[in-house]
Amino acid sequence: MRRIELSLPTVHCAACISAVERKLSNRPDVFGARVNLTMKRVSITAADLPEIEESLIAELDSLGYPAKPLDSAVLANAEGDKAGRDLLARLGVAGFAMMNVMLLSISVWAGAEGTTRDMMHWISAAIALPAVAFAGYPFYKSAWSALSRRRLNMEVPISLALLLASGISLYETIHGGEHAYFDAALSLTFFLLIGRYLDYKTRATARSAASELAALEVQKARRITDDGEETVPLDALREGDILAIAPGERLPADGVVTWGDSELDPSMLTGETLPQTVGEGAVVRAGMLNISGPLKIRAEGLGEETLLKQITRLVETAETTRNKYTSLAEKAANIYAPAVHLLSLLAFLGWGIGTGDWRLAVNIAAAVLIITCPCALGLAVPAVLAAASGRLFAQGVLLKDGVSLERLADIDTVVFDKTGTLTTGMPALVNADDLPPEACEMAAALAQHSAHPLSKAIARAFSSELQIEDIKEHPGFGTSGRLNGVEVRLGRADWCGATPAAQTAVWLKMGNDTPRAFLFEDEIRPEAADTVTALKAAGLEVQLLSGDVPAAAEAIAKAAGIEQWTAHASPAEKVDALNALADQGHKVLMVGDGLNDAAALAAAHVSMSPASAVDASRSSADMIIINNDISEVAKAHKIAVASKRRIIENFSIAAIYNMISVPLALAGFATPLMAALAMSASSIMVSLNAMRIGRMK
Amino acid sequence: MNILAVLIPISLILGGIGLFAFFWSVKNKQFDDPKGNAERILSDRFDDDPEGR
Repeated sequence: MRRIELSLPTVHCAACISAVERKLSNRPDVFGARVNLTMKRVSITAADLPEIEESLIAELDSLGYPAKPLDSAVLANAEGDKAGRDLLARLGVAGFAMMNVMLLSISVWAGAEGTTRDMMHWISAAIALPAVAFAGYPFYKSAWSALSRRRLNMEVPISLALLLASGISLYETIHGGEHAYFDAALSLTFFLLIGRYLDYKTRATARSAASELAALEVQKARRITDDGEETVPLDALREGDILAIAPGERLPADGVVTWGDSELDPSMLTGETLPQTVGEGAVVRAGMLNISGPLKIRAEGLGEETLLKQITRLVETAETTRNKYTSLAEKAANIYAPAVHLLSLLAFLGWGIGTGDWRLAVNIAAAVLIITCPCALGLAVPAVLAAASGRLFAQGVLLKDGVSLERLADIDTVVFDKTGTLTTGMPALVNADDLPPEACEMAAALAQHSAHPLSKAIARAFSSELQIEDIKEHPGFGTSGRLNGVEVRLGRADWCGATPAAQTAVWLKMGNDTPRAFLFEDEIRPEAADTVTALKAAGLEVQLLSGDVPAAAEAIAKAAGIEQWTAHASPAEKVDALNALADQGHKVLMVGDGLNDAAALAAAHVSMSPASAVDASRSSADMIIINNDISEVAKAHKIAVASKRRIIENFSIAAIYNMISVPLALAGFATPLMAALAMSASSIMVSLNAMRIGRMK
Repeated sequence: MNILAVLIPISLILGGIGLFAFFWSVKNKQFDDPKGNAERILSDRFDDDPEGR
């Protein structure tokens, strides 16, 4: 028996759930399968057979649900969502106690007097004190850790208010006093725990989705030893190791080709789309994609000087120089916490000295703390972020943390990378109209038999009924065959006897005819132009920053409607360009996917990267576009701007509420009933305002 | 007023039962997949493993 967890990014409805579960349960080697729609996962209990995971994935793929394995760390995480359940239990206790105490308080507010009132207060105390102690624990802990570092945070006034309110209420109860604030202390705890729980859920969803993405790309290398081939992790590689690289694989290390001929796609590394032809003795770089033939390389320069390491260093420097961003919640807390403490201290001293009645003074100071306590403030940010990140996640954008949403709302410039971001990264045939039909048919007949990306593009473009005999693939060169006794070749320029073009091209040679070129260009994403228009309409400046040659960059910039473009930018130059923009006072959103963008993504004010990006870029980007749809950039920006507006509105609601209630509390008119009403009303208003994000068009 | 001596304990006990039911449901992972539970109600197939073991 074995437990297998698979990520299923495309499940979304009841029909998906039953299709997946039914299909899996019908297999004799599966004992149970359960889809978790919230996490978009399926957990399977299956027989412990070799290769079972692969066969399950193939089965789900054939059903139309591409599945991906999750690594064991994610699995362990999924098992123990203890922190979430713990918060939920505290929330339950606070809610239960609040409702009971509120009921008891109603009789006091209704005018119960004497022994009846005292009895109600005693019963309230018996429920409230243990509940405040248990449910408020997260706040005491956080306040204590802030105080022991000699700092103030939002939790300090909260804890103080809870403790003071409970203490005063107990004292008043013992002495038969009129006012007890047990219900206020509990509703404060309840509303703030809701904020906490929302905050936790937002983070947990982002974290689990991010680690799922990280788990997708586990890079391994195949090392050739005297005993044969072995698969090893990257950090086990040593200088001089001979590595085997099959077509379709990425190079795991820098090195020199010792055997084989092939073409390498450097686009993830440099942004250039023109494949490089390599043979024995050629120097190759980690991160390049092997396109056509099997290669053997000797690993070299595994120390500090690999390109990968240089880029990692650039990312690190960019991250340390990135300006520290103070979130709106922190800004509010920085003003709020000292002000509240000062006010209640002033109330205490004023009333104490003025009337000489220190019991009354403590009562009023507690009332001020309770009334001002940031119930609405504690909900203002988490409620909006939970609504916004839920909305974004449903659309296919993963937010790594809430602050990046605020950063995204601030931007005035968007910088796009070209290859793989504005373009699909897939070649498309451009000169189909200039080619004679018989050449196209011939090329398609040959191309059908090859897995080379350019051949696939030709096979997609034309269909062919021609019967070609003797078809052979020549790794690194092309495909050859025989039609009516005449040799035909489809492949590299020099192999077909042509002079190489300046553009990505495949050549077709029939017998002794002059070879014909099939020209390719990186295809622009269909949604790119609309996205750029939408961003410009939102008042943003749009730029293109590419590592590719000027001609390619200009063509794409024109097609997408971008006026300002830069070509031939190295990873370091990309960072410099972004820093220059930042120095001019611009706040830049960088969107990129290649290894060459990783440092620029870390240097930008905020960054996004499609899920198809390389690992390094995904980890330095603040947001990930899970569905690889670039139009999400404009939509996410719109949601971010709306969220920021909601947060500020929520703060204003909280501020207005304070402006009305604080003078009353200072003047000594605050009653427990007033506190309870005002607190609930402002919290509900703030939550409702936040939920408007989810309904936004 | 003597009725209070009966009613208040009853209300607390009833509330307490609710609280324990809530604890039980949290412990049984009933809050782990809210979206899935909302969709499963639409399926006509009997859900024979609601705890997802």
